[in-house]
Amino acid sequence: MNALLEVHSIAKSFRGLKAVSNASLEVPQGGIVALIGPNGAGKTTCFNMIAGVFAPDTGEILFDGRRIDGQRPDQVCVAGIGRTFQIVKPFAGLSVLDNVIVGAFNRTRHLSEARRIASDILEKLGLGPKRDLPASSLTLPDRKRLEVARALATGPKLLLLDEVMAGLRPTECDQMVEVFRELNVRDGLTILLIEHVMRAVMALAQHIVVLHHGEIIARGTPQEVVRDKAVLECYLGEETEV
Amino acid sequence: MNPRARLLLGVLLAVLLLLPAFASNYALSVATLILYFAFTGQAWNVMMGFAGQLSLGHSLYVGVGAYVAAAMFVNLGIAPWMGLWVAILVCMALGAAIGFLAFRFGISGVYFALLTIAFAEFTRIGFDHIQWTGGSGGLFLKVAQREQMDLLNFRGPPAMYYYAILFLTIGALAVCAWLLRSRAGYYWQAIRENEEAAQALGINTFRYKMIAVLISSAMTAVSGVFFAFYYNNLFPEQIFHISRSIEIILGPIIGGIGTLFGPILGAFVLTVLADGITEGLAYFGVEVPGVKQVFYGFVLLGVVMFLPNGIWPSLAKKLGVAK
Repeated sequence: MNALLEVHSIAKSFRGLKAVSNASLEVPQGGIVALIGPNGAGKTTCFNMIAGVFAPDTGEILFDGRRIDGQRPDQVCVAGIGRTFQIVKPFAGLSVLDNVIVGAFNRTRHLSEARRIASDILEKLGLGPKRDLPASSLTLPDRKRLEVARALATGPKLLLLDEVMAGLRPTECDQMVEVFRELNVRDGLTILLIEHVMRAVMALAQHIVVLHHGEIIARGTPQEVVRDKAVLECYLGEETEV
Repeated sequence: MNPRARLLLGVLLAVLLLLPAFASNYALSVATLILYFAFTGQAWNVMMGFAGQLSLGHSLYVGVGAYVAAAMFVNLGIAPWMGLWVAILVCMALGAAIGFLAFRFGISGVYFALLTIAFAEFTRIGFDHIQWTGGSGGLFLKVAQREQMDLLNFRGPPAMYYYAILFLTIGALAVCAWLLRSRAGYYWQAIRENEEAAQALGINTFRYKMIAVLISSAMTAVSGVFFAFYYNNLFPEQIFHISRSIEIILGPIIGGIGTLFGPILGAFVLTVLADGITEGLAYFGVEVPGVKQVFYGFVLLGVVMFLPNGIWPSLAKKLGVAK
């Protein structure tokens, strides 16, 4: 399997604070990879470097074989990477449908076509009945869905999901998992997700990368990772004699 | 648009088209003023209402547009329909310069607004010293043959100016309606609501903000040219003054920022009521300078408190023409 996304030893410091150092990871074409780790581990910083919010200090990022590090977010999106924001950023004054139409315009210039794409995606994510409401009236779980819908509307080859399960009830979480699995299997969508909800991670990811203090401390299949000593230590602390 | 909206729009258009047939010269001058503010407000609305970029210096484009066309006419004898294009190009170049400075270096929000004020202010001071355009003494167009219509030189009776600004306003409304439903329109609204999210959806925010500024400055240049040939005299102290910029934006704010009919409704409400109050007071022999500004203040206060989205959205609902 060839990699759709290759991240080679990227690093980023903020005023001397090393947020991410020497992180490498690969997302195979058609795969689902999860990036996990405790709060402040540098997961979102990694995402922001991939999505073009800021350039890595060192290292390189390849998407579809082409360098994308240092490009602007809109260029990265046009290249085929859609992203959601952990802190949701809906276009509050626009309707739910119009929010998604903005994303769909990445694929077409025509409003009718963009509207059709957006309607399909809203149906898929269960937001169909709320399409004419202003985005500002949505609840947090619905806003998370809207984030996903907007990113999907741009027609990405790779979807970056930043904690979209947070705040969802277990049944809602399972529905969302089902949506992603279907997108992955049926449409061949590749996914890289940051997630704290292990229920979703275990159900979705074929491969997990664990980040701690800006460094990758473990990687492997879900079963391997949850038994990894370093992972258990960073989440639960070292075993000590009492 | 629903049938009811079509009907109302048709009636409004018919009234406006037939107005010169039965209106007095005074009423016609008020109507011309309303349409002038409606058109200019529409131009400002493209930048602020659609793309969310607050300009408090739109008097810059009115003034430069007016001066370019008028100076070419007075000094070089070049007809305004030629001067118009030069005025548009000069204003677009100015808009591009301001936009480039601001958007390339990440100046946004109030700082962007301050930049637009600064440009208008130093242009005002600059024009005080340009002798070619009459300096602070002003630039005057010959007022002659007001009864004969000379379309090429844009000289003629009041009805000619009325129809000119009426067609400009209708044109601007049509263009804005089309823009709002285009990809650019959606992109502008996305940028207005959340620029970071807009960029993440593949929008080149720099490019689309520049497009908004260019369209807005070009449209405002046209209203400047109209202003010059309608009023026939230009003074830097007046035309570039910040109070002119404020006057331009009051209409859209009161009518409804970002809406298509807001700027038109706002211009109507402000001009008719302000003139009505001034006239009414004069009728009773009371002359209070500045009563118009006080009135503007109260209307603005009322709208901000009770109709923060402007008058048009709630009126549209009452009329049953909201989409």
